[in-house]
Amino acid sequence: MTGMTGTPVLEAKGLVKVFGRVVGLDDVDLALHSGEVLGVIGDNGAGKSTLIKCLSGALVPDAGEIFVDGRPVTFKRPQDAREAGIETVYQTLAVAPAMDIASNLFLAREIRRKGPLGSVLRMLDTREMRHQAREHINRLGIRTLQNINQAVETLSGGQRQAVAVARAGAFGSKVVILDEPTAALGVRETGQVLNLVRDLRDQGLAVILISHNMPNVFEVADRIQIQRLGARVGVVTPKTHSMAEAVAIMTGAQELGP
Amino acid sequence: MTVQTGDQAPPPSAEELLNRPPTLGQRVHAVLHRQPALSPAIVLVLACVAFGLLNDRFFRLENLSLVAQQVAVVGSLAAGQTLIILTAGIDLSIGAVMVLASLVMSKLAFDEGLPGVPALLVGAAIAVAAETVNGLLVTQIKLPPFIVTLGTLSVFTAITLIYAQGQTVSLPPGAFLLWSGKTVSIGSLHLTNGVLMMIALYGVIGFALRYTAWGRHLYAVGDDLEAASLTGISVKRVLLSAYMVAGLATAVAAWILVGRVGGGDPNSGLNANLESITAVVIGGTSLFGGRGVVLGSLIGAFIVQVFDNGLALAGYDPNYQVLAVGLLVIAAVSVDQWIRSVRA
Repeated sequence: MTGMTGTPVLEAKGLVKVFGRVVGLDDVDLALHSGEVLGVIGDNGAGKSTLIKCLSGALVPDAGEIFVDGRPVTFKRPQDAREAGIETVYQTLAVAPAMDIASNLFLAREIRRKGPLGSVLRMLDTREMRHQAREHINRLGIRTLQNINQAVETLSGGQRQAVAVARAGAFGSKVVILDEPTAALGVRETGQVLNLVRDLRDQGLAVILISHNMPNVFEVADRIQIQRLGARVGVVTPKTHSMAEAVAIMTGAQELGP
Repeated sequence: MTVQTGDQAPPPSAEELLNRPPTLGQRVHAVLHRQPALSPAIVLVLACVAFGLLNDRFFRLENLSLVAQQVAVVGSLAAGQTLIILTAGIDLSIGAVMVLASLVMSKLAFDEGLPGVPALLVGAAIAVAAETVNGLLVTQIKLPPFIVTLGTLSVFTAITLIYAQGQTVSLPPGAFLLWSGKTVSIGSLHLTNGVLMMIALYGVIGFALRYTAWGRHLYAVGDDLEAASLTGISVKRVLLSAYMVAGLATAVAAWILVGRVGGGDPNSGLNANLESITAVVIGGTSLFGGRGVVLGSLIGAFIVQVFDNGLALAGYDPNYQVLAVGLLVIAAVSVDQWIRSVRA
């Protein structure tokens, strides 16, 4: 595995999040390096979603620290995490169905025209956004999106996922977090998304992959963090542990060996 | 098992089925999906041709001028209503706000002797403030827009009637506030300043919706509020701004109304609430939000007026216009349902 030395690009220490009387996260650590895919697995209620929401700024942890490139950061809203170079692909994808692919890619970060048209009339540079959208999609090697002027609602599930991943890959300078990216997809489309995950990693990004799907995680992850009941119970690699062992640790049937 | 004979074509593969040319229905669907104002535009053209054939006075410029003048008030209101409906909301109180603002303008100018400009500005501020109240109730207390504006419809109507004390205000000829009703003649086309104001309003709102980030965010919020919020759009701010800009459009409509009735009348514009919604819906804007163009609402407002005018010229009972508009609303919503049903 590469990139395991040096400062992690994203690190969390002792994260705690409590919802009323329910413990969402219980003293959870996480370390992520550039050029690696970290799988996060766990049963329902294991704290997977809460963990990534804290890392993406959608939730503010009650205690604990987050570091980006070794510097402490505080994310109060998703915009803060985004500005730090962390992009998230939510399970719901967060795309506007009636809008086209290029518009979705640049949603909430539109480019204005140069000169008074942009500064006074606040006119958008649609042509530039389309041009850049096409470049991003080509750079990420996404072949399933042909016409970037196509409305997202006319796309298949895998293509929509590709739009959301393309947006994250285009603007995430350091980390891309994917929440259950293959949950709604068929076999072939799942394969396409997993290839995208590898492409993101090969471009030097750090990827967090949250999934229920054990074979998917074992296929692409370099390391796998196992969550149980809001706590991190271990970090394994596909090389050292089998899927069955990971499930045993996840369900509490087995403790992680030394 | 029988051996397949040579003259029998093999069943098509999935790939072939995928690549077969789109049917006529699919093509029409795709075009309407991209151009939501196209179907109302076709209806308007067909209606004009039909009424022109029924009575050749229909196409006289004097008659078309009259239609344009009659459209100005509801047309302006519909521009504001479009913004709210695009956010998947609805404003049942917008007409009541307009009447209140028009009365405030007229009364301040006539009863209090305020000069025209400050009277206009105070009335406009009242319209924006009233719509801001709607917007705050929707964004801060998170009430459904239908319920909020059903309530404020009564509130604003009551305030108007209490403030008017049963009186109407007639402004003297030459008063500044009547400028909006002044005729502007281009050949034998006799428009009013109000008509030009409405056109300018559509220009500004159309530009903002199409060419600015604010416009895109408005569509995104109406399309999928949750998704818009996750992409980092400040949903509350966008929603509130939609109501406030609708308030500005309502202020324009109020001024045009003052010009048309010659002052302030608490009983004017009684049907304006529903008429503005009718214009927006006939204009192809989806009541479910996120789809539509403001130009469609102008076309929608014209369709309603053209039916009114054309049927009268053709000598039909005016109730047929009510019937026709009702059928058009149902047709428009049906078309919208069909347009929104898209599969990959």
